[in-house]
Formats: sequence, structure tokens, C-alpha cells
Amino acid sequence: MLRLYFKIFKTGMLTEKLPKAKPAHEADQAVEQIGHALKTVVDRRFRGSLAIRQVDAGSCNGCELEIHALNNVYYDIERFGVHFVASPRHADVLMVTGPVSRHMEAALRHTYEATADPKWVVAVGDCGVCGGEFGVSYASCGAVGNVIPVDLTIPGCPPTPQALLQGLLSLCGRS
Amino acid sequence: MTTRGIDGFGLLCEKFESQGVATRLYHPDQIPPARLLEINPAGWGKAAETAQLQQWRWCGVWAEDLEAGLTVNACLEHQGIYLILRTHLPDGQNSLPSQAPHYWAADRPERNIQDMFGIRFEDHPDPKRWVRHQAWPEDVYPLRRDFPVAGRQTEPTPPDSTYPFLKAHGASVYEIPVGPVHAGIIEPGHFRFQAIGETVLHLEERLGYVHKGVEKIAEGRDPSSLARLAGRVSGDTTVGHAWAACLAMERAAGIEAPPRAAFLRGILAERERVINHLWDLGALCNDVGFAFGYYQFGRLRELWVRENQACFGHRLLMDRIVPGGVACDLTPDTAKRMRQAIVALRKELDELITILDGNSSLEDRFLGAGFLSPELASALGAVGFVGRASGQSFDVRKDVPYPPYQQLKVRVPMEDQGDVSSRFWVRHKELRACLRLLEQMLDGMPAGELVAPWLIPDADSEGFAAVEGWRGEILCFVRFGTDNTIGRYWPRDPSVINWPALEKLTLGNIVPDFPVCNKSVNASYSGHDL
Repeated sequence: MLRLYFKIFKTGMLTEKLPKAKPAHEADQAVEQIGHALKTVVDRRFRGSLAIRQVDAGSCNGCELEIHALNNVYYDIERFGVHFVASPRHADVLMVTGPVSRHMEAALRHTYEATADPKWVVAVGDCGVCGGEFGVSYASCGAVGNVIPVDLTIPGCPPTPQALLQGLLSLCGRS
Repeated sequence: MTTRGIDGFGLLCEKFESQGVATRLYHPDQIPPARLLEINPAGWGKAAETAQLQQWRWCGVWAEDLEAGLTVNACLEHQGIYLILRTHLPDGQNSLPSQAPHYWAADRPERNIQDMFGIRFEDHPDPKRWVRHQAWPEDVYPLRRDFPVAGRQTEPTPPDSTYPFLKAHGASVYEIPVGPVHAGIIEPGHFRFQAIGETVLHLEERLGYVHKGVEKIAEGRDPSSLARLAGRVSGDTTVGHAWAACLAMERAAGIEAPPRAAFLRGILAERERVINHLWDLGALCNDVGFAFGYYQFGRLRELWVRENQACFGHRLLMDRIVPGGVACDLTPDTAKRMRQAIVALRKELDELITILDGNSSLEDRFLGAGFLSPELASALGAVGFVGRASGQSFDVRKDVPYPPYQQLKVRVPMEDQGDVSSRFWVRHKELRACLRLLEQMLDGMPAGELVAPWLIPDADSEGFAAVEGWRGEILCFVRFGTDNTIGRYWPRDPSVINWPALEKLTLGNIVPDFPVCNKSVNASYSGHDL
């Protein structure tokens, strides 16, 4: 047990300051712009605290790995008051990865309906934003926006934790 | 017929003959490294029965809708020899004897073919639909040639509420439906538990929610585009699937990646294994409420993921493997960085494992949970760490080596206790073995080209590949059409084989232990559903 505490002590604090958002390319700029418009609203309605329900609506699981990384010690997303919740009933935000498979279409709609208003939908990853490598087919509805209304998009294949953070922070108004 | 040795393969051919299974053996160069044997449709079931008695492992089945008609292929493995059985269905016939009565593993893949191609398997023990929910009707088959990629359904897809789950009856039996949307950051799937009190009586998996039509949208792509798609069959196995697809395409085209590219592919694949095993070790700790392990392993994983970005330009190593070779290189500087990271990780593991090993609450939850006996693992054909934690030693890198592993000393660690604890420790041992492999590859890195020039394969050229992904054996079959386009792409993720193992090993456990049992198998939904 002493070893365990020693290791914790030795590891220390690793959580990093978020670098200033740099709208280097267009994708970043788009996030910035939409995020800025949402910022004022979210500040007022959510008082700076955001509960997210993540929904994998057909992703390859790559985006999920990076969303998971938001919880690791380096990014520690909870310090910004952002946390992932187990039920859409508890959520302010649905963070949806795609493409939306047709077999998940109804489940995604139900999840959306189950989330209390006011709510926001963030489409994550190239597939969620525009269909990506999978596009629209007999099995895929493509972008999340083809199934439910989307408020913010975070592109990338997959988006890095930093890109996710910047997108989300602009949403909850802490950046 | 070519000459036959007296190895397992020769023996099987003799048995086929004595059982009256009409066969035609193709030249070994037809689809290397696998042997190809054509079988009369009537002998399809008998062939499986015979192979099962000879202890061949069943690996997968795929169909093709060719101009000549419907063709079905099954892949078997024994003592490091892959055998592909092939049968052509005569015009107008769309049924075939099932192999599922002889191999459990064939159950769902055959139902998948039934949904996608409309081939019915006679004597199948449980012929209900599998991958089909409500996105297309029962009498329509997406992988038939006359089916348009866009499909024909324009209305929103209704939920699939009529799937016939097995029901348990009796006093105090109750049912727990879970999913498809799970209470975490996980892929979607449905689990139906029948329980008494806290004990699981029966578990039925219902998958197919993330079916994205991978096989259909692969048709008509060029090789680079297929490599990109393969890298997204299962996001955590991007290197594994891209490697398998490229290897199969290269074999079809008759080219070979340069030695330096093979070594780089090996490094990418072992790095993928390291980051996923680190993540799983942490996640297993998390599922029994041991936050310390979760955060420590998560920290180490993030460090390695960042190394990926620094050395190869992508955190998860997507799109680094391309047809003919690789799209990245190693400089002396990055090689040095990598060596230092390996030494550092070993030291961290030494510290962490001592702490974990001495933690009785962890042992309490891991030991004995989710038991999969070696006999059951063998009967299911379990692969990867799930198999190796239950005494199944098969590892493609060692048993059917491909470059660069032919030149390396591959150590395959084993456990035989078959519980969550075994699957935890076998991952840890594999992690250590990975680090050694990485060092071997850094030491022996040959100089030279990174990509071999591409040769456009003849129409109908076929290629088969097996590589050891971090979850286990990945298979891939590719057939080219005309003009360098893909005619058929069939990837088989190890999860297809390992998902049924989860159903079995959960039985008798308490419901609250299901998350850790599930994580200990960690099968891919996306890789399974395609």
C-alpha cells in the first residue's frame, strides 16, 4: 500500500494547461466561429457546467479512443466542469460519432428525444461531420446531421483530444 | 492432383477421399500461403465434420457473387497451414449444408452470409437472422451484384424490435436488456441477460448495430482507397486491418513490400499492441473500481500515443500502411527516442505490476471471474489473448510467420487458468514480449526502399492474408476486378470468433461482474459488424 501512495506522490500532477486556441486551418476556424456563437447561450443556460452523453452511432471506435483520452490525467476534462454521464436524461450535450448506421438510426433518435431540452448535439469526427470514409449507403445514413439537428461539428479522423477540448470549451464558454 | 505429404493437410485430403467428399486441389501458388481445395456443394457439411475430427480450427467463411454464380469459401487452420475450402453453387441453387453443427464458430458467420447473400444453410442449429436488422427486407441481399450500394429504402429505418431472443421461464427468472446505447463511451450492441438474483443464467448477444456496409462500399475502390477503408474497419486495429488488406492485395498483384517497409509495419503493429494492451490493463482496473491502475496505465498509453504522433505523424497510426509498403520512415533520432521510451516503459511496468500484484482487492475481483476452460476455448476456436489465456497457443506471427516476423524471435506468452486474471496477466506478458520485438526490429532495421512499385493485377486475381493484430488473428481475402479495382474485400476481425466466448464465460457470474468480463475479452463491435 505504501508503494501505491509513493507512486502517486512520485507521479505528481501531470495535467496540462490548454494551449491557446490557434485557428491554424479552416476546420479550426469553423469550430471557433460556431463555438463563439454558442458560448454566450451556454454560459447563461448551463452556468458553465456541461454534462455529456456520448453516443457511438456507427463509428469505427477511433473517435471513442480519443474521447476516452479526454479523461486521462493529461487532459482531465472534468477540471472544466465537463463530465460524461451514463444517461441521456442527465445530459446537456449529446456527443455523437458516426457515420450513423441505419441500424442505429432509431436508437439515436430515441436518445435525442430522451435528452431534456435545452440540449446541444456535437457531431464528432469526419464520419459524424460528413460521412467520412463510409458516406451514405444502404447501411449508413452518413453525417449525424442527416438524422438529428447538429449544433457543433468537430472534424478529424479522429479529432485529437486537444481538438475535442477546444471544440467543447468554446461550447461551454470557458476558453 | 499434386503430391501430398503425410502432414496434417495430406491426412485431411485422404480422409476427404475416404469420406467421399469430392475435391480438387489447386496449385499451392493459387492463393499463398493458404492451400485451396474445391469441394462439391453436397460435401460441404461432411468436409467440416471430417476436418473437425482431424482437429482443424475453423477460422471463417465468406461468399462471393461471381459471374459464374455464387461461391462459398471456408477457411480452416491446423499446425500452421491455412486451408481454404471452396464450393460453387450450381445455377438456381441457393442452399448448402451447414458447417455450424460441427463448428460453433460457424454459427453467426453463416447466418451473416444468409442475410447478405441469401444462401440458406441446411441443418443450421439456429438459422435466425444475424446482421440484418430493419435496414433492408428479408428477401433482399446487399452483397449480391444486382443490389445498389445506395440501397432501396428511403424511409427512416425502424428499430429492430422483433428479434427472437431465447427466453428463460420459471419462478424468479428475470430479464435485463442492455443497449444498444451503453452507459459509457463504448460501441453499441445489445446484451440480453436472463438472471436469477444476481447470477447470470443465460446471455445472448445481439450485434450488427454498427453495420456500415464495409464489404459493399469496398467494391470498385482502388488499392490505396481500400487500404484507407481497411484502416477504419476497427479504429483501434487500424494498423492490423490495413496491413492484412495490403498484404492480401500485394499477394494478388504478385509484389512484396521492401524489407525496410516490412520492419516498419512490424514496428507499427507492435506499437498498436502496446497502446491497446496498456489501455486494456487500465480499463480492467477501472471496471473493478481500482482508479489508481486506470489512471496510471492511461498515462502510459497517452505517452506512447504521443510518441506515435511525434515519430509517425498520427496518434493512432492511421493510414501509415499503404499498398506496397509504408508511408512513414524512421530516422536515427526517432529510433533513439523509441528505445528510450521502451526502457522507460519497462521501468514503469516493473513498479506498477509490483503494486498491482500485491493488491488483494484486485485479485479478489479478477481471480476466477469469467472462466473459459481450455476445452471450451479450443471448441470455440478462440484466438488472440482470449485463446492464449485459456491455453490456446496459436499466434500467426509464430505459427504462420510473415515478414518481418520470419527474421525475429517471437515469444508467445501463455496462461491456462482461463479467467479474467489470466487475460489480464497474459496481456501484461504480451506487452513485455512486444517491447523485446520492438528492440529486435530497431536493431535489425534494414536500409532501402519504403514502397514497392505497384503492379496492376489481372482481373480475378485473388489474395489471402493472415496477420496477428493486437486482438489476435486477422484474416483478409481480396479479389480484384478489372482496371485495378477491388471486386471483393472480406476482412475477418478476431472478434468474430471471440464474441461467442463472452456469452459462455459470463454464465454463472454475477451481473455486476459482466463489465469486467466483457472488458477482459474486449471484442470489437465495428470489426464484427462491418
